[in-house]
Amino acid sequence: MKLDTTGLESFASFHGEMDDLHGEFWAPPSFDLPVCADFDGFQKNAIQMVKPAKGTTTLAFVFKEGIIVAAESRTSMGGYVASQNVKKIVEINPYMIATVAGGAADCIFWHRNLGMKCRLYELENKRRISVAGASKLLTNMLYSYRGMGLSIGTMVAGCDEMGPSLYYVDSEGGRLKGSRFSVGSGSPYAYAVLDNGYRYDMPTGEAAELARRAIYHATFRDGASGGVAVVYHVGPDGWKKISGDDVRELHDKYYPAVQVPPEQEMMQVPPV
Amino acid sequence: MALSRDWMYENNGGTCVAIAGADYCVVAADTRLSIGYSIYTRDYSKICNLAEKCVLASSGFQGDIKALQKNLAARHLIYQHQHNKQMSCPAMAQLLSNTLYFKRFFPYYAFNVLGGLDNEGKGCVFTYDAVGSYERVGYSAQGSGSTLVMPILDNQLKTPSPLLLPARDAVTPLSEADAVDMVKDVFASATERDIYTGDKLEIVILNASGVRREFIDLRKD
Repeated sequence: MKLDTTGLESFASFHGEMDDLHGEFWAPPSFDLPVCADFDGFQKNAIQMVKPAKGTTTLAFVFKEGIIVAAESRTSMGGYVASQNVKKIVEINPYMIATVAGGAADCIFWHRNLGMKCRLYELENKRRISVAGASKLLTNMLYSYRGMGLSIGTMVAGCDEMGPSLYYVDSEGGRLKGSRFSVGSGSPYAYAVLDNGYRYDMPTGEAAELARRAIYHATFRDGASGGVAVVYHVGPDGWKKISGDDVRELHDKYYPAVQVPPEQEMMQVPPV
Repeated sequence: MALSRDWMYENNGGTCVAIAGADYCVVAADTRLSIGYSIYTRDYSKICNLAEKCVLASSGFQGDIKALQKNLAARHLIYQHQHNKQMSCPAMAQLLSNTLYFKRFFPYYAFNVLGGLDNEGKGCVFTYDAVGSYERVGYSAQGSGSTLVMPILDNQLKTPSPLLLPARDAVTPLSEADAVDMVKDVFASATERDIYTGDKLEIVILNASGVRREFIDLRKD
């Protein structure tokens, strides 16, 4: 199967004249593949051994004032919490953001690659790329690697000429336009809260609070989600970070501890 | 899994730790190399000086690590020829991430910690997973003893998250001497409970005046 590595040509070498230095370091980067009989088995074992960092609850929805995008900030390597402070909302350009769910390295690498392609599009066409176009570029690249074990569940959100647009893109090659998505192991919990409280004509403050609450509930019940609940708003003027709250503090805010008066008090026994 | 035509990885064990300070960076690793229950050598350095202000410590499969270090050193040499200066630590961090990701389907079995000074002279530590996901942090531990070491470092050095809004002040970091003492303590504890960590501890300290190396004995059992 011939892999489509056109996405990697943007950083190909530019030293055409230096023939004597041709070799591994000047050639455009490409993926090394293992030479073995059972590629799938090897990938399965390698991923199990290496346990790449995975990240887990993200959500986004479209409403009257634009798009709200929210995520938590924990990555886990197997059962070990690798980090509580990872950025899962990445900025592709000043008016488009994307979320990271699934393999952290996979998402960050391909989002950076997408950012480069979007910039090249802008330079070649003298106008910004649409969200539909950007998500299509990402999908086409990921489809070439379908079945090879990439784990990416991302949402691309932005405001372009068509208004606010939200696309879900995954490593199976799927691409869906929609108005409400949640991705990751904590997504069922986030969906429950999100679907319950969603109204198209919410003001921005209420929409942000709904997103924050949904992420908090996902971190409460899903062990692989936690850390800081981050909320962004994407409007016609671009994206803006609205809040970043530690979920421990959100818990105290939503469910403050109640002092229960003791039923019986222990009395100190006087020394004999 | 045993070595065969289809499986060419081994785990040589070991622990690597790095702590970043206001104007220094401490990178440390033990020097034991093991395969299974055997110790092959007590004197193997897991630390590599990639650039003037940039040091890499890696644990995992030392064969892959040797290849990775050579790859990075060669790329750094080419960079120096092209740009007439040394690579900064954040630049090297991105290079390492991309180098690891380009072996996404045949990974380097290496758990890396990159430490050094950034362009402003502040300490920086970057921590990686095996396929290139990385993050700039104030401290990190990787390797077989990392799960023993990280909780202690979290307890002593944890600062409010950079993701919080409004931003919170980071706690004043340790002095260089305190950081070195903490690293020694932490390795002494890890050596007690991890069979792959021990023998000798190599500590590399980077600051404005240059690079310094110290060796401390650890338990050899």
